[in-house]
Amino acid sequence: MKVRDIVQYSAKALSGYSVRTLLMILAMAIGVASVIVLTALGEGARVFVTREFSSLGTYILIVLPGRSETTGGPPPLLGETPRELTLEDALFLARNSVVRRVAPITVGSAPVSWKHREREVTILGSTESLFDIRQLTMAQGRFLPAGDPTRGSGVCVLGHKLKTEIFGNQSPLGEWVRIGERRFRIIGVLAKKGQSLGLDMGDVAIVPVASAQALFNTSGLFRVLVQANGRDAIQKAKKTILNTIRKRHEGEDDVTVITQDALLSTFDRILLAMTLSVAGIAAISLSVAGILIMNVMLIAVSQRTTEVGLLRAIGAPSRQILRLFLAESAILSLIGAAFGIMLAFLGTWAISRGYPEFPVTVPAWALGAAVFVALLTGLIFGVLPAKRAARLDPVQALSRR
Amino acid sequence: MIRLSEIERIFPVGGETVHALSDVNFTVSKGEYVAIMGPSGSGKSTLLNIIGLLDRPDKGVYSLEGLDTTELTDDQQASVRRNKIGFVFQFFHLIPRLSAAENVELPMILAGTDPAERKSRVLEALSSYGLSERMKHRPDQLSGGQRQRVAIARATIMRPDIVLADEPTGNLDRSSGTEVIQILENLNDNGITLMMVTHDPDLGKRASRRVRLVDGRISADTGSP
Ligand SMILES: Nc1ncnc2c1ncn2[C@@H]1O[C@H](COP(=O)(O)OP(=O)(O)OP(=O)(O)O)[C@@H](O)[C@H]1O
Ligand SMILES: [Mg+2]
Repeated sequence: MKVRDIVQYSAKALSGYSVRTLLMILAMAIGVASVIVLTALGEGARVFVTREFSSLGTYILIVLPGRSETTGGPPPLLGETPRELTLEDALFLARNSVVRRVAPITVGSAPVSWKHREREVTILGSTESLFDIRQLTMAQGRFLPAGDPTRGSGVCVLGHKLKTEIFGNQSPLGEWVRIGERRFRIIGVLAKKGQSLGLDMGDVAIVPVASAQALFNTSGLFRVLVQANGRDAIQKAKKTILNTIRKRHEGEDDVTVITQDALLSTFDRILLAMTLSVAGIAAISLSVAGILIMNVMLIAVSQRTTEVGLLRAIGAPSRQILRLFLAESAILSLIGAAFGIMLAFLGTWAISRGYPEFPVTVPAWALGAAVFVALLTGLIFGVLPAKRAARLDPVQALSRR
Repeated sequence: MIRLSEIERIFPVGGETVHALSDVNFTVSKGEYVAIMGPSGSGKSTLLNIIGLLDRPDKGVYSLEGLDTTELTDDQQASVRRNKIGFVFQFFHLIPRLSAAENVELPMILAGTDPAERKSRVLEALSSYGLSERMKHRPDQLSGGQRQRVAIARATIMRPDIVLADEPTGNLDRSSGTEVIQILENLNDNGITLMMVTHDPDLGKRASRRVRLVDGRISADTGSP
């Protein structure tokens, strides 16, 4: 029997019972669609996180004060506080050949006021290097000037949102604002860049690091961003940073260095695992469709017993009967999968309309996998009914009217 | 060409066994016209099913054209049924969702015949049975006689050597029954071996040879003429 004839015969048998066939196709379509949509959401989350991290800048290492718990070693004694990471430490790191730039960062919160307007915002103390490391862009004016970082000056750069809230459409350049107890002259406004790593760069005021330290009366840094000379230099830079700090801190390993790559690949792995497990859960809904297919095919076999007997009488071997019924299950699954894919694209389209900033993309492998799993489900659950049909005794099948 | 020796067919029913056929010895040569008769439950259908390779004997040897059929695999038996044997049933057994033409085409589809050839052979067969107007009709749109003629067209479309008919007129009125018998006898005139189970003594008389079964045994055989 030719493949084309098998397909035609099975398709005709299926269309003979349209309600039942449509129900099965619907079940399969929902299963396939949920696998694809959930995979697309997981994939979207992965892309989202990757994008967030890349907005941090390239070849970046983050130095934090305090030992990371995962590096092991003896636990700190009771009451011991980690040594501060100082501005001098940061500047020392910059002397290294594998390090291109260093941006020390102090963070605090203080009211920013101009005339009668006042807003409490995040104050970021840093140096001119932050501009390149964070890949910032200016809307107006310029960024913090180069110069001795240990000497604070009274200038500041405002985030886009902060500027609008205090100055509206007016140009703030050259105006003096009060931050905490000090006065700063505005020299620039950041362009809109959006959020990165949870910090809204639109809602900050950036001042020289020494000024911020004076403002918050601290000598420690929140963290130091280090830009390595290139991708290959990242691991070397990490070692150098740890060595340098250990020397300066009397042999104590009391900083943690996070590389962006490591962070990214960890997140990547976690999110991929999440995507796969979510898709796996959705695949369970496919097995529901599979069980439905099995039941309906069992009914079909018992309803078409005489047909099976007749096919045997006119020369079909039992293997052929098996193939015919399996073909029906396969056709059901494939049509279901096709509708499922359409449904999935409709769903992801709706999601991307509702949440435009979240990147929902259907990965090509998910489409292939969904169709494959659908077909597999149809065949696995189709085997039992098909076998039952193939095993029918032709004489008894024909003696039933 | 058909040689049955010491054929036995047993059905277990409850704790007992029913001997549907016992010690059947029987030969049919090519081109014969055999009527199989006997009371209900005497094993007529069972005999026909064994000859048609739909059923296997529990004992004995059935050779068809010198070939021991009990040795054949399922695939080989199916191939014999497809190419050498045509069945005609009391209840027609047409597939209800398929048209007359599609029902007739089915054996050729199973055999993998070329679609173009299928079409022309179906057309030829149906028109020779006066059904060219009914090609597209489904079985429920046909009369009993028409249905049986479609079934005969299906049974003969592969040009078999043997046609086995189990009470082919059992569900028909007299006139369409006669029509069907004439078609079958016409096949026999063209050299096809015809074996027909019937309860009707008048029909039995038309056959050149009559075999009578009682309780699974051959009680009378007029023998080859
Ligand atoms: N599958 C089966 N299981 C049990 N007994 C069976 C089976 N098939 C047939 N028999 C028995 O075998 C015997 C012969 O049956 P068969 O159908 O060959 O009779 P028949 O001569 O064709 O009868 P009828 O004229 O009523 O069609 C009967 O007693 C029947 O009950
Ligand atoms: Mg019978």
